[in-house]
Order: sequence, then structure tokens, then C-alpha cells
Amino acid sequence: MLVSLYSFAGVAMGLKTPLYDLHVEQGAKIVDFGGWDMPLHYGSQIEEHHWVRRDAGMFDVSHMAVVDLAGARVREFLRHLLANDVARLTAAGKALYTCMLLPSGGVIDDLIVYFLSEISFRLVVNAGTRGKDLLWIRKHAAEFKVTVTERQDLAMIAVQGPNARQRTAALLPPAQSAAVLGLKPFFGAPVDSWFVARTGYTGEDGFEVMMPATEAAQVWRGLLGQGVKPAGLGARDTLRLEAGMNLYGNDMDENHHPLESGLAWTVAFDPGERDFLGRKALESARREGGRELVGLLLEERGVLRSHQKVLVDGVNASGAAGEVTSGTFSPTLNRSIGLARIPKSPNTIVQVDIRGKLHAARIVKPPFVRHGKSLIDT
Amino acid sequence: MSNIPNDLRYTKSHEWVRQEQGGALEIGITDHAQSALGDLVFVEVPDVGRSLRAGDACAVVESVKAASDVYAPLAGKVTANNTALAAQPELLNTDPYGAGWLFRLQSDAGADLSPLMTAGAYANFLADESK
Repeated sequence: MLVSLYSFAGVAMGLKTPLYDLHVEQGAKIVDFGGWDMPLHYGSQIEEHHWVRRDAGMFDVSHMAVVDLAGARVREFLRHLLANDVARLTAAGKALYTCMLLPSGGVIDDLIVYFLSEISFRLVVNAGTRGKDLLWIRKHAAEFKVTVTERQDLAMIAVQGPNARQRTAALLPPAQSAAVLGLKPFFGAPVDSWFVARTGYTGEDGFEVMMPATEAAQVWRGLLGQGVKPAGLGARDTLRLEAGMNLYGNDMDENHHPLESGLAWTVAFDPGERDFLGRKALESARREGGRELVGLLLEERGVLRSHQKVLVDGVNASGAAGEVTSGTFSPTLNRSIGLARIPKSPNTIVQVDIRGKLHAARIVKPPFVRHGKSLIDT
Repeated sequence: MSNIPNDLRYTKSHEWVRQEQGGALEIGITDHAQSALGDLVFVEVPDVGRSLRAGDACAVVESVKAASDVYAPLAGKVTANNTALAAQPELLNTDPYGAGWLFRLQSDAGADLSPLMTAGAYANFLADESK
């Protein structure tokens, strides 16, 4: 047996979030994630997964970067920088999911942008890409005279699950509690020293709460007191995959554009005169067809894993196989699910090479699970 | 600290071997291994009657996050496998040295366990590995 799944942290010192000591205190198995020492699980990642689907769990996502943008031309800047169109953001606090693209159409990162005011927007970007993201954003912000501020003073906790909003609101005084419970999906609002958004990465209802790093431990303990259980990166991955959400570096990267990454819905081609970075490349890719990202449900026992080859009958017999980009065991479905980038075809069944043997998998439309319920026929 | 029973022998690839009455060998993965893998969700055991050479990849254990091969600690013929694991792979997590056993071997070499580590040697090996 080879036990070398993760580079276990311990000797090597990685970056630590303000909640690191609490994770250790709660028995977390700590692993390296993009240079950060993060909790993988606190005992059982499957139990943590179920807890989020059935009640409320919390994730330390302080390793993600909050980037504030300010300036008179900030909206114009973001309409150039991002593939989705912030013109769609008209109500204060509204959030938008989008890719940030290279001129080649390759995905630099996926992110959420919040509209705070006409002169102020907020981005939340991935931990592993924060360095290159900031360089890219700053490079393009200059000509729009937009100031770029990385908010390293903030921590972020994602509270997710059917009871997550109630339990989070219970920590707040009545007026603030009513304000956060009044948030519509994909809206955020400042609440005293916090910024609370009704967003997440699990397919469940919940909040992502940004707060001063100095308050993070107290908030975490408060949520524990409300019965919210800590959940690690392991559960976060199975939850997001069941929810059909992409992971940067697996399902999209700089070598693949959004149209072959299941993200065509995030690209705003209209209006045609908006000149966003990557637009020209995407317009040619759109005409060519090519590959697409699909959901897979393994018909047999076993587990789909990233980089397994996918054979599509009649399309890639010549050897141009597709590939699983993310695969796991789905605790909710009790089956293996995955995402795969494959040549477009009318087929509904493909073959996946798992350790040299071919296994049938069915093409399904993600999400697999939403709000605790299966959305596909198993 | 992981559990390392004194009456078993161990490999560097984290299998354990129990010598049973009559010379049969029972094989599984160690507590350290199951802990490192996390929640097990799929186990593939070798067919009864299969002949194995020492070091053959003969079983697969998959956790939520990764698949790992299990290697035959010694040469021999498979005389039994743990069919309960198909429905309950989590037995490997909850009882790695008992209900989570993988398969039994009749050893060709009359069960010479000397190539394998004792509990003390395995504990030292784990300590070195984590340095």
C-alpha cells in the first residue's frame, strides 16, 4: 500500500489562516493546499459531508483572497477584465460568478464579484491563484485608474447546509440577524464589521461570512456553540462535485477555455461590442465545436478519478480520448461521480479506463445533488 | 499514535499478516494506513484460488480521495477473501485488524514470516517515515 496521498504538513511550515490553532485543537488532519496548512477532515469526511447536506457545517476559507477594487471607472474596468458582464449587476450587494481569461481564452481563475457601489466592487478569488490573479488584475487596472487592495486583514468562514443561515443569524443582535436572513440568494451585505453573502460551494443554502481576522476565532467558537460542525477540504470537494461545481486546476485551467469547461453560461457574448479579454478566442472556439465538460455517473462499482481516460465510441477510436477532470465517491448517491472533458457526441454511455479495465459510465447533466436531494436517476 | 498489535507482522507498504492455526495467513492493512487514506468507500479483494507472488499488487482499497494497491506480503494461494467489504468498506476504518481483514493465503514457503517486520520494527519504521 502506498500511503502518499497528500503532502502531510507538520514539519514543513505552510501559510496558516487565523483559525489554524482551532483546527488543530479540534483534531483536524492538516494537509498542504496550495501552500496553506488546511484541515482535510476532523475525523470523517463522509460524516462532515452528510452534516452539511442535512444540517449545517462550516469551512475555513480564509485562504481565499478578498480583493477590493475602487475607482470611478471600476465597472468599465471589470467589463473588460471579466468574461461575465458586471452590467448585469444593478442592485447593491448582488454577486456574479465569472471567469477571468487570458487573451487565448484560457481560464486564469474563476471568481465571484460583488457589486458594492458604483465606485466599489469586491472579488473573491482562489487561494492557489492569488499571486498571478493580483498581478493580472493590477496590470489591467492601471489604465482605468482603479485601485486594487488585497484584504489580508479579513478571514472568511463558509457556513453551509439547510440550517446554516438560522444558526449564523443566531450569533447576531436582532436587527443584524433580520438583515442577514433577508438576503436573497447570491446577494451580500455589510453587517457591522462583517460582510455576509448568501453564496457557497456545496449546493446547499448558507452564507459566506467575511470578517476581521481578529474576530475569526470568536465567530468559529460561536458557530460551534450553535451546533455547526467543522468540515474540511475533503467534504468540501465531494460537496462541490455533487453540486456540479468546477474546481480550478482540475476542471478548468489556463489551457482550457470556459466553453469546454462547462462554463459557457458564465460568458456574456451579448452585447457584441463589449471587448472583454479572451473574447476573440472564444468566438472562434464557439464556431469550432470540439470538446465539452460533462457529468459522469459510473454504472459499476469503483471510483472515478481525475486523469482517467474516457473512450467515446465512434468518436475517438483513433486514440484521442477524453479525460476525467474530477472524480470521487458521492456520499449522497453512494455511487461514483465525476466531470470529464470529452469530444462532443450523441452517445449517452462512455467507457472509463480504471487501472487498465474499461468501466461503463453514463453521461448526466450536473448538478448531481442540490439541497440534499439527488437530481439524477441512479 | 496508531495501533500496532504485537502478535502481527508488517510490511513497509503497510500490510499486516496474522499467522493462523494450520499455517494460513490472514492479511489486511494497518491502522496507520487506514487513517492516512481516510474514509474507505471501495475495496477489491483477490479471487479465491489465485496464486500470488510476494509483492504482487493483488487488492485495491479506495478512499474518497485516492486509490491504493495492496501487495501480497508473501507468496501463496488465496484461500478466502472478505466478502463483507463489498457492502461495508468502512470496516477497514473501524476494525482494520479484525472485521476489516482482506484475504487469507496458504503460503508456499510454509509461512516463513522472517522477511516481515515485527510490531516494534514497524513502529520504528513509521517513526522514521514521519521525520
